[in-house]
Amino acid sequence: MSLDTATVRRIAKLARIRVDEAEIATLQTELNAILGYVDQLNEVDVTGIEPLSGGAQMAMRLRPDICNDGEMPEKILANAPDRAGEFFAVPKVVE
Amino acid sequence: MSLTDLTIAQAGAKLAAKQISAVELTAAHNAAVAALNPRLNAFITTTPELALEQAKAADAMIAAGKAGPLTGIPLAIKDLFCTEGVRTTAASKILEPFIPPYESTVTAQLKAAGAVCLGKANLDEFAMGSSNITSGYGPVENPWKRYGSDAKLVPGGSSGGSAAAVAARMALGATGTDTGGSIRQPASFTGLAGIKPTYGRCSRYGIIAFASSLDQAGPMARTVEDCAIMLGAMSGFDARDSTSAERLVPDFRAATARSVKGLRIGIPAEYRVDGMSAEIAALWEKGVAWLREQGAEIVDISLPHTKYGLPVYYIVAPAEASSNLARYDGVRFGKRVDGEDLIDMYERTRAAGFGAEVKRRIMIGTYVLSHGYYDAYYLKAQKIRALMLRDFTLAFDKVDAILTPTAPSAAFGIGEKMDDPVTMYLNDVFTVPASLAGVPAMSVPAGLSAEGLPLGLQVIGKHFDEETVLTVSAAIERAVNFTAKPTLMAGAN
Repeated sequence: MSLDTATVRRIAKLARIRVDEAEIATLQTELNAILGYVDQLNEVDVTGIEPLSGGAQMAMRLRPDICNDGEMPEKILANAPDRAGEFFAVPKVVE
Repeated sequence: MSLTDLTIAQAGAKLAAKQISAVELTAAHNAAVAALNPRLNAFITTTPELALEQAKAADAMIAAGKAGPLTGIPLAIKDLFCTEGVRTTAASKILEPFIPPYESTVTAQLKAAGAVCLGKANLDEFAMGSSNITSGYGPVENPWKRYGSDAKLVPGGSSGGSAAAVAARMALGATGTDTGGSIRQPASFTGLAGIKPTYGRCSRYGIIAFASSLDQAGPMARTVEDCAIMLGAMSGFDARDSTSAERLVPDFRAATARSVKGLRIGIPAEYRVDGMSAEIAALWEKGVAWLREQGAEIVDISLPHTKYGLPVYYIVAPAEASSNLARYDGVRFGKRVDGEDLIDMYERTRAAGFGAEVKRRIMIGTYVLSHGYYDAYYLKAQKIRALMLRDFTLAFDKVDAILTPTAPSAAFGIGEKMDDPVTMYLNDVFTVPASLAGVPAMSVPAGLSAEGLPLGLQVIGKHFDEETVLTVSAAIERAVNFTAKPTLMAGAN
């Protein structure tokens, strides 16, 4: 499978990474090299095989649904690029 | 012997016997870091004052009779572990600046054991790489040189700064993380021992996430025993990591003293890949002979899906990375580049903050998870991952451990293998399968290449059987008696 330039632009948009027009061709070549490499997986018959999603050989552990952390707004906001009081601040979203 | 050339076990014994103090030991390492780091770039951040404070506290622990085997031992911490109050970068400009308000579980456990933090070690950006070249803070130079050459070589990656720091005697040991080989390949490139434990053995809490179903922390040190000492302190159940294993931590150090007599060691036919260098093949044969001489039984085995490991990895890891790295949006931490609106701000921030390899992987991950391609790529890769786990499960019915080379070559030059991303990915061909299966695997120095560079062998074990991995690795270490040292190191002229 080979990506065209429109698809490269679409992926960049989905990934929220601004890509300059000059970078598209290089990215297209590199991404196609990777996808070309992984294409060999089509050789493998996976009929009836359950997908393995994790590295842990165990069931997910549950814990009581109670709040056990928090009340530390200053710590949480300490690394924020912008804040307003006890909130993260972002550019205006709604006019 | 110089204080920087001790093993962790030797330094621990001298500290316990009060022949040296933790402050002396730390001061010697601070001096080594100050002398060598400007050239090698193994640390992104050095913390000499913090190290001396911790050393003083360690001396107090020793005086009070409360010391353990890591008390007062100076370590490098890979800059992927969050350290409270100490800048943490993941070697990415997108986290500039980030000072964690909390400590990772692994480093908290090392601190509690009295270990000393010399600084935060360089790495490939977000641990994505096999050369340390993708770091936003510049490449790391391998302290090893080819005979008669001053060419700068890579230390491997992604834990390249950790590897260079320990090899160059700037630290007695280091933490690493391994997603597809990031502890084992740099250990091989720098003449160190390094173990990726079983997935779930060390808590991932506070380790900046790359691919959550693969990421594991582990130690890198100059001997197998030193790795065992560190692993003991780094391991254990942690309720804050949902995949942390509720298992007791065995005496890893004791395992390094056991005999391999009677152990069955598997040699997988599929690791004899096309184009394997004669040197690597010969080293592997030597490893077989060393274990046989010590009483192990050698068994030919098959891991039929080995060749699909790398392509599976290059779907699964980028997919998880694209999700994990969605959090870098210029809102809660790190860099922000202003834009016309919120979306534009995200896009400009991520374009400016991420390096080329990280962007490529996020984009591949975004694509394989996108509507219409999920089944063809991601789901298919997960199914083949299941087949790879089954390969290991079947093999471990017949053998106790598996022996392979760690990497297809010795360290290469900075700037080599950069032609296209896939060439660089091939470095991890032997290490990725164990990561996908979640089994423990260790690289141990096994000799020097014809050019004078270290080469490692890899020992792979059953889930939660790090002990056998350590036993077999220690047996190889004893047979090799690896005494070679790098060109650039503390105490060398």
